[in-house]
Amino acid sequence: MLREIRPAILVLALLTAITGLAYPLAMTGIAGVIFPTQAQGSLIEKDGKVIGSALIGQEFKDDKYFHGRPSATVAPDPNDSSKTVSAPYNAANSGGSNLGPTSKALADRLKDDVEKLKAENPSAPVPVDLVTTSGSGLDPDISPEAALFQVPRVAKARGMSDDAVRQLVTENTKGRFAGVLGEPRVNVLALNLALDGAGAK
Amino acid sequence: MTVVGWIQIILFCAIVTALVKPLGWYMTRVFNGERTFLSPVLRPVERGIYWVGGVDERREQHWLTYTVAMLLFHVGGFFLIYGLMRLQQALPFNPADQSAVAPDLSFNTAISFITNTNWQNYGGESTLSYLVQMLGLTHQNFLSAATGIALAMALIRGFSRSSVRTVGNFWVDVTRTTLYVLLPICIVYALFLVSQGMPQTLHAYVDATTLEGGKQTIALGPVASQVAIKMLGTNGGGFFNANAAHPFENPTALSNLVQMISIFAIGAAMTNVFGRMVGNERQGWAIFAVMGVLFVAGVAITYWAEANGTSTLQALGLTGGNMEGKEVRFGIVASSLFAVVTTAASCGAVNAMHDSFTALGGMIPLINMQLGEIIVGGVGAGLYGMLLFVVLAIFVAGLMVGRTPEYVGKKIEAREVKMAMLAILVLPLMYLGWTAVAVVLPSAVASMANAGPHGFTEVLYAFTSATGNNGSAFGGLTGNTLFYNLTLASSMFVGRFFMIVPAMAMAGSLAGKKSIPPSAGTLPTTGGLFVGLVVGVILIIGGLTFFPALALGPIVEQLAMNANTLF
Repeated sequence: MLREIRPAILVLALLTAITGLAYPLAMTGIAGVIFPTQAQGSLIEKDGKVIGSALIGQEFKDDKYFHGRPSATVAPDPNDSSKTVSAPYNAANSGGSNLGPTSKALADRLKDDVEKLKAENPSAPVPVDLVTTSGSGLDPDISPEAALFQVPRVAKARGMSDDAVRQLVTENTKGRFAGVLGEPRVNVLALNLALDGAGAK
Repeated sequence: MTVVGWIQIILFCAIVTALVKPLGWYMTRVFNGERTFLSPVLRPVERGIYWVGGVDERREQHWLTYTVAMLLFHVGGFFLIYGLMRLQQALPFNPADQSAVAPDLSFNTAISFITNTNWQNYGGESTLSYLVQMLGLTHQNFLSAATGIALAMALIRGFSRSSVRTVGNFWVDVTRTTLYVLLPICIVYALFLVSQGMPQTLHAYVDATTLEGGKQTIALGPVASQVAIKMLGTNGGGFFNANAAHPFENPTALSNLVQMISIFAIGAAMTNVFGRMVGNERQGWAIFAVMGVLFVAGVAITYWAEANGTSTLQALGLTGGNMEGKEVRFGIVASSLFAVVTTAASCGAVNAMHDSFTALGGMIPLINMQLGEIIVGGVGAGLYGMLLFVVLAIFVAGLMVGRTPEYVGKKIEAREVKMAMLAILVLPLMYLGWTAVAVVLPSAVASMANAGPHGFTEVLYAFTSATGNNGSAFGGLTGNTLFYNLTLASSMFVGRFFMIVPAMAMAGSLAGKKSIPPSAGTLPTTGGLFVGLVVGVILIIGGLTFFPALALGPIVEQLAMNANTLF
């Protein structure tokens, strides 16, 4: 039995060095050369400043932008570090609401949000993804229905025609991968950047 | 439920099934020490490791020595992770300036990673430095997975060998698994993940100024290299808090499919390795069929429940299923499928928040884990867990026909059945026992995020997941308290090692037996009758053990939901 102690230390040390240092560092080097953009987080820059990541949702409240899904992420309370406060789309602390199917808190939140959205656009059914929080709290996407639902508000706030805005939604809608995998979706940040671009023309 | 949804499920099953044979063939060669196409590159590295470690690769070990070697290996791994976490502030690769992790959380996480559980009481991006993620967690993802596969190999050798005292050499099995199976796949896999948008960088977190002028700190890191092995090794501990729901940890529907496949790939192929080693691949396919029946049933129920939504959503006229806690790019079907896959295997990665699943949709992952994660299961662990149930099923069949049961040429006698029962019974002792303790302790009850039966399910799920070495969670439960850190760690420890030691004892006793040729009285173990028998034994043992606990949690919650009761 005693002679198993030497390999327990040395085999562990060597395999640790290979899998814990050599492998991740080599992957970092190779990935940085082959896929430089993705490896750095698919960051989007505008005028030399980082404005976000193509994969990470951000908070939109202004009427002239399309809004993403509600986000349940939190941040430490600046006044009391043992508590947390709501901080939507906190990309340094991902997480979901974790509210269950019989949660009263969830039912109340859903009811409020549905009422607000119905007041904003009474003509269409409220899309479910626009009132439910995502698993990560950083969902970059909304469903095409959720984007189309917001077209009248955005068009009005920007003084654009509904058709022009709807056209941008269609252009930014991505289908399922190979027609099968996943769900159709619209990247909110990409759509809003396209809106800003269209306004500038 | 939609047609395109079912096509995604069928596509997943087809790809996994197609991988069983080639991967099983390759792994059998690796474990038998035969030459593979990677040998010219890897053989010198392998020999170097044996030379430094003082390992004689031709010297095989008795089952007890093999087990002691495995335990020593884990002791070293434990101290490595614990030390790294406690000292991370003073060590390099810490651009976010994370401070030292608290002792109880470090203890919990170290146990969690050496047992292949990867329970996330730590917050990923908010707690750990890049060095801990790489040297602590990524490395242990490899080694705990390699250990699981090595142990399964030892048990397989017990069945396939005749009248010998040894079951293989632990150091050789672990080294070969790591070098020839896990590492090469991970290198290709990690690059694929980066191509899909997963970060792989040592740069600090980035501060972005959002379109509306707000500040957003975006956590980054060497994510892809860790996620590749986290999935392939059925570890499941996330780089980020939200695990595979995080867009950086699972950027696209394609990365999601590949991640699910990689969770199942090795575990499914182990059935084929078993078949090849005992000389009849159909023995492996029979076990695969048992897994398949239970898996497809679970997927159908979860998908149906999630697509149906909750009474709250229906009352508000919201259609499209239960999207709370799910990501738009995956939708209902890919989230439901992932939840069943990750708990059938002992992975525990999540791409949607299980806590927000419907009562029945969340019950299936719970049942998967309570059955012992034998539906494909953890790499290696799933196969030896399943073989324990097979031994019991054979024993039951033997009782029915009144003759000594035998399986793949080995007589199953009192010692094997005792060891199988010991391993199977120790699991409910942990998850039912600790759940009972937790629900009467006010401080433990205070950790629940949801009231009513859902809160009870959160606790039951936590101990089940820890005992099963799964690592997924009903994440609302605040697990990072002294009570949960210690009790969950004890569940993980017992769930892993009190299953391994009896399984290894069984391997040793089986290896010492003579192989007997099948006779007219031998129950054929490759047909539908056998598959049905094993499925039945699994469901009866499981059902008797945990049905009462489920009745207090998800079942009563479903009834409450139907009656529109909220908590």
